[in-house]
Amino acid sequence: MNRTPSQTVGPFFSIGLSREPPTELADPSDPAAVRLHGQLLDGQGLPIGDGMIELWDPAGRRWGRSGTDAEGRFSFVVTKPGALPGQAPRFDVFVFARGLLRHQLTRVHFPEEGPANAADEVLANLDERSRATLVAAQEHGALRFDIRMQGDRQTVFFEH
Amino acid sequence: MATIQDDPIVLPDDPEFGPEVQVDYPGYRSTRWRAPSRPLVTLPEEFHDLEGPVFGPELIGELDHDLTRQHAGEPLGERIVVTGRVLDEAGRAVRGALVEIWQANAAGRYRHEVDQHPAPLDPNFSGAGRCLTDDEGRWRFVTIKPGSYPWGNHENAWRPSHIHFSVFGRQFTRRLVTQMYFPGDPLLEFDPIAHSVRDPKARRLLIASFDLETTQPDWALGYRWDIVLGRAGARTTPLEES
Repeated sequence: MNRTPSQTVGPFFSIGLSREPPTELADPSDPAAVRLHGQLLDGQGLPIGDGMIELWDPAGRRWGRSGTDAEGRFSFVVTKPGALPGQAPRFDVFVFARGLLRHQLTRVHFPEEGPANAADEVLANLDERSRATLVAAQEHGALRFDIRMQGDRQTVFFEH
Repeated sequence: MATIQDDPIVLPDDPEFGPEVQVDYPGYRSTRWRAPSRPLVTLPEEFHDLEGPVFGPELIGELDHDLTRQHAGEPLGERIVVTGRVLDEAGRAVRGALVEIWQANAAGRYRHEVDQHPAPLDPNFSGAGRCLTDDEGRWRFVTIKPGSYPWGNHENAWRPSHIHFSVFGRQFTRRLVTQMYFPGDPLLEFDPIAHSVRDPKARRLLIASFDLETTQPDWALGYRWDIVLGRAGARTTPLEES
């Protein structure tokens, strides 16, 4: 059968999708819990204030969703996922926004996982600059992961 | 074709796109600084078979499927029943799929702080619903027909009536967010969002059918719309005849 096409999530999705956004994928009192946050930015470097991020841990089967605020910021509480065989630990990330006719797929990896990241097939096949867009940064005890939709530092997005 | 000077709002049909949207569709202005400008990277094939999140019935409230009964009074507008199935590309039912919807009220106004269209809010209408599909993949909502509304995309731009849908498939990559339109809407012809699906056969898949069987006598008109979750990829394959 022919697949139903995508259409943009539009500017008003919070009515239906962000009533009780589940941003905690881990118990905040867990000593291993860390804040994973960032900014969603457009091709002019401006914040996307009406976007939505969905996070999926394919190893631990944990899912979360966060809208972005006026500064384009999103935030989750997480613990680091386990690794699928032969892959580095990661979250899969969907990006939704007005102006995106289909959601985009990216991944967030962990900065302290150097050897595992180096051995990860998907990361290893990217050039260094592209690879860097998929690894969060340690910042004041939190993990920072900015998502850039366009430009020289555009985040890598995957076909899906 | 609707145009502003030389700047087309609606591009000519192009069946080569199949079920894909043109992500950088120039008639939809907001794509300009938001659609990724670099080519998408291909993932190993097995990634596309990874399972996605599963949602349980505890998430669903008793009246989440009936947008006409979520307040003390009844919302104004034309009461409708919208139903259909969630299917995979082989035509098999997707059971237990979370379906979330949101929409404008009958006057074309969303209950959202950003919506400044000078049409009345309806104190008896929030415009949000959700349900899980049953064993046949079936979902059903009772709501009111959403109104059309102007938007700032171009001069005299109006969105056709639509209901927003969000659906999770079995596999992570079968996630779908889309919009359902109504048959015979004269605004569809001028809408750059609908026309970002450049294959006219694929675009028709976004339009519900009026259904007399779903229509409830002396109560509500019925519409049917099936949702097929598939994986993207074969961009240049023309649609099957159906």
